[in-house]
Amino acid sequence: MLDKNGIAKRIAREIKDGMYVNLGIGIPTLVANYIPEDIQVVLQSENGILGMGPFPYEGEEDPDLINAGKQTVTLLKGASIFDSAMSFGMIRAQKVDLTILGAMEVSENGDIANWKIPGKMVKGMGGAMDLVASAKNIIVAMQQVNKAGESKLLPKCTLPLTGVRCVKKIVTEMGVYEIVPEGGFKLLERAPGVSIEQIRKATAGKLIVEGDIPEMVI
Amino acid sequence: MKNKVFKDAAEALHDIKDNVTIMFGGFGLCGIPENCIAELVRKGTKGITAISNNAGVDDFGLGLLLKTRQIKKMISSYVGENDEFERQMLSGELEVELIPQGTLATRCLAAGYGMPAIFTPAGVGTEVAQGKEVRKFIFNGQEKEYLLEYAFEADYAIVKAWKGDTMGNLIYRSTARNFNPLMAMAGKITIAEVEHLVPAGELDPDQIHTPGIYVHRIFQGKNYEKRIEQRTVRKRN
Repeated sequence: MLDKNGIAKRIAREIKDGMYVNLGIGIPTLVANYIPEDIQVVLQSENGILGMGPFPYEGEEDPDLINAGKQTVTLLKGASIFDSAMSFGMIRAQKVDLTILGAMEVSENGDIANWKIPGKMVKGMGGAMDLVASAKNIIVAMQQVNKAGESKLLPKCTLPLTGVRCVKKIVTEMGVYEIVPEGGFKLLERAPGVSIEQIRKATAGKLIVEGDIPEMVI
Repeated sequence: MKNKVFKDAAEALHDIKDNVTIMFGGFGLCGIPENCIAELVRKGTKGITAISNNAGVDDFGLGLLLKTRQIKKMISSYVGENDEFERQMLSGELEVELIPQGTLATRCLAAGYGMPAIFTPAGVGTEVAQGKEVRKFIFNGQEKEYLLEYAFEADYAIVKAWKGDTMGNLIYRSTARNFNPLMAMAGKITIAEVEHLVPAGELDPDQIHTPGIYVHRIFQGKNYEKRIEQRTVRKRN
């Protein structure tokens, strides 16, 4: 099984030189720590940054410079700043190559729920609905089972949706999955030491296993 | 030309009555109009419909106006950092409309550009789409569904800029820009508080983010706290 950093490391391998990438809050934020140094990637933060850098050194925090998670950050050489309409304009116009975000549930047809638990948690969707409605490539970083041991890869989402038929790939502590057009979680890789049987038990939606499934390389 | 320069927040907000719709610039606590929020608390203006991406925290930003129950309705995209907000929302004391962040920004933009509505794919197939017109377009070679969303109409827009001049031209600093230029364009009356107010001619026209035509009142703010919501740092090696 992978921990959060393991999931982030595996997702970082999906990032290629020259990509513009939006990282969501939570595990996706960790992905930035594992982007190979020999490629150049531009991170977009939807509050209005292209070229987001690491956290500032202590004492150099600037209250006017934060990311979408409201954390103090820095800018890399060649960065740019813009307003929120332009930020979502470039997202809607599919200029951003890859979106990585967290989820509470994903269904076998690629629906995603990550913004509301009725009666319990209502924080709002922020930019997630805009991102999932427009992004050409969405990878979801999530835990495959909840604290009660129930699968979060479902035939159909039970929580209010963030977007429909939009997720392409999922990386969890147990494996890497592709959502296939006809519906289903196609298993691409297993986390080190995780068996197909364990994955079957942790997948409530339709699981597709074809041939030998390799272990992840991290 | 009518004078746009006001002495302070109290003067700039002198005519604000109860039950108006106000846009507040800022993202989280970054780039929020601190002086005007404080003045609204002091004045006790009630029944505010607030259009703002976030709702502040319990003891700062719009959280101050929530604590005093001066806000009747919030239109926001993300309200996660405010316990009092959550309590008022779940108990039904506060009316809340949650909308996608890009939709919020673009409904401001549309207002400032004189367009009554936009079409966006954000929220299609979700509860955000309930009761809204859905239309299919073939665009960029893809057929997709889009939601009709209306431009905002706000009595006032209250924004914060870094520099401004006596003509009302504004320049924002770093990510404190966020929703400010969009809301500045969208208010029937736009009030800007700035960290540095300078005479006309001192700002480079090429660097202006908001042209003064959109700004009705401007004043030099004071005592900015600029509170940081999530202080994240790395150690020096």
